[in-house]
Amino acid sequence: MLWACVLLPQLAMDGVLRRRESADEPLALVTGNAQSRSILAVNASARAAGLRPGQRLAAAQALLTHFEVQQHDPAATTHWHRLLAAWAYRYSAEVALWPHAIVLEVSKSLGLFGPWPDFERKLRDDLRALGFRHRITLAPTPRAAYVLAGLHDGLAVMSPEVLHSALASVPVHKARLPDGAADGLLGMGLRTLGALMRAPRDGLRRRFGAALLDHLDHLTGTNQEILELYRPPDRLDLSMEWTHEIAHVEALVFPLRRLTGDLATCLAGRDGGVQRFMVRLIHRDGTSTDVSIGLLTPERDPAMLFEHTRSRMERITLSQPVVAMRLVAHELPPFVPVGRDLFDTRPAHALPLEQIRERLRSRLGDSAIARWQATTDPRPEHAQSTARDIVVIGKPPALPRPSWLLDHPIPLRGPPPQIVAGPERLETGWWDGSDVRRDYYVVETAQGQRAWVFCAPGERGHWMLQGWFA
Amino acid sequence: MGQVVALSSLLEGRQVWQGRSAPAPAGGYASGWPTLDAVLPNGGWPEATLSEILLPCDGVGELQLVLPALARLSAARRQIAVIAPPYAPCVAGWERRGVSMAHVDVVHAPQARDALWASEQCLRSGSYAAVLCWPHQADDRALRRLQVAADSGRALGFIFRDRSHAVQASPAALRLELETEPTRQIRVRKCRGSQPPAWPIPFPFGTP
Repeated sequence: MLWACVLLPQLAMDGVLRRRESADEPLALVTGNAQSRSILAVNASARAAGLRPGQRLAAAQALLTHFEVQQHDPAATTHWHRLLAAWAYRYSAEVALWPHAIVLEVSKSLGLFGPWPDFERKLRDDLRALGFRHRITLAPTPRAAYVLAGLHDGLAVMSPEVLHSALASVPVHKARLPDGAADGLLGMGLRTLGALMRAPRDGLRRRFGAALLDHLDHLTGTNQEILELYRPPDRLDLSMEWTHEIAHVEALVFPLRRLTGDLATCLAGRDGGVQRFMVRLIHRDGTSTDVSIGLLTPERDPAMLFEHTRSRMERITLSQPVVAMRLVAHELPPFVPVGRDLFDTRPAHALPLEQIRERLRSRLGDSAIARWQATTDPRPEHAQSTARDIVVIGKPPALPRPSWLLDHPIPLRGPPPQIVAGPERLETGWWDGSDVRRDYYVVETAQGQRAWVFCAPGERGHWMLQGWFA
Repeated sequence: MGQVVALSSLLEGRQVWQGRSAPAPAGGYASGWPTLDAVLPNGGWPEATLSEILLPCDGVGELQLVLPALARLSAARRQIAVIAPPYAPCVAGWERRGVSMAHVDVVHAPQARDALWASEQCLRSGSYAAVLCWPHQADDRALRRLQVAADSGRALGFIFRDRSHAVQASPAALRLELETEPTRQIRVRKCRGSQPPAWPIPFPFGTP
């Protein structure tokens, strides 16, 4: 077993920063009640001005006159944490969430994602694209990876022997020991994990209880730790809110790109796609505008989801400014990638067919693009349909059929046509009330057109035009 | 005598007048009408470009002209787009002529601008092997855009227009006019790469 730990030291701050386009203004996240507010996290420019986490807000305001203050929202932080777990689920089936960190089992995934240096680079590229600062370590036990991530970045410990020496030098107050144990151990003169592991176990159990020994066993792998593993959700509800109001649809593009990117990340993790989802734009007074988006087939490509959603959004007009955006997907059907033939004769830069069809649908409407199919009904009005689930058994008889069909028959104007073929009697439809009795003929008009016309049985006049043999 | 030029390249380039036209270079997509293929310079529909079909009225065989080519495309599992057709394509009739309707996307675009946009998108995408469209108010610029799109998407573009447009110039590589007087025939108005034949080509109705 090999466990990777992705430590997220700035999770709360990164969550706030990733919903804005520029991160240059000094910004501080504060926590606590109105009387004693203190700083939880600061961004780079605020840090340069001397602001530090843990400072009282009043002290910070004395240092820097103008900076943006945002109340820390623990729920949002949890949301980002779970989003990253969904991302990590793409790389491993065993993912667990720990405070400020995600651990994942990677020994089984190395075969698919390459040796560890390549795998690590993949993880880092993804995290950078998602906008989260991170530290990554690898160790044979999850607990050890978690502890080492607090001290190192990029350390990879592959074997238990090396792990032992790597842990031996870890100071006890950095070893994430159970509450209060570190101070007691320092008082005893045990400064590193190496010294702690050499100390007699019975004495430790008597002084600190079983929790400390369990922690040591989990660290070294003597006892396997039982983790509560992450399970991806069956429905997705992503949201993003901002402190100012957005009045123009164009300004929603950046948050939209983030949300569709997050959606694609979650979908890739659970190996699913999305066919229908909804973007809800929430206004200041609590009302909302919903834009529902439907796709022809389940998709999960971030660029495509973004492009398609954007083209839908461009068509709406905002009645009021928007303060938050939510993206809700209830159905997450399995994703089946489109197979491309090795001997595909299309040009190399060809747009995937599904993508061009979605593009047409998003501008012309959901029902704008159709594939017609024959039904078993002999009446021309019902002989074809755009429905998808028609099963036709057997072949229809070889009777003349035109290539154009009129939606509704119209009278055939002009001088009497010349009959080419016919009649073909159609007498059917008694079961659904639209009973027809017609004689169909192929005729040629004076202008040289071939038409498919009908008249009342036995009449040969009062032609009604049904189609053209174009 | 600077450089030596092969005689065959001059002949194939159609730069030397020979009295009788040289055999056509291949590169067209056979239309399925041997008499028509014989007079076209590429031996069929010119590929990656527009072909314009001019009609006196609907229902004179304009689809029969292209359906054999579409049938072969759909048999090769290539996609076909039909954009803003004047009537609904009749499934039974198209399948009778060999077109698999599972490979035909019919696009409904009531507005002329949308229809042109959709045609350009489909031609450019490279995913559709053939695109049929019925532009209503297409000017020379719009057609030129379609022509460029067909070239970049390597698609067969077919545009169907009223024969009153025959007098206007068109960027299409091939212009055919369907005539019903005195008998049904095809007149080649323009074909890039050679002189259009002076006589019309008979175009009888197939068995309906």
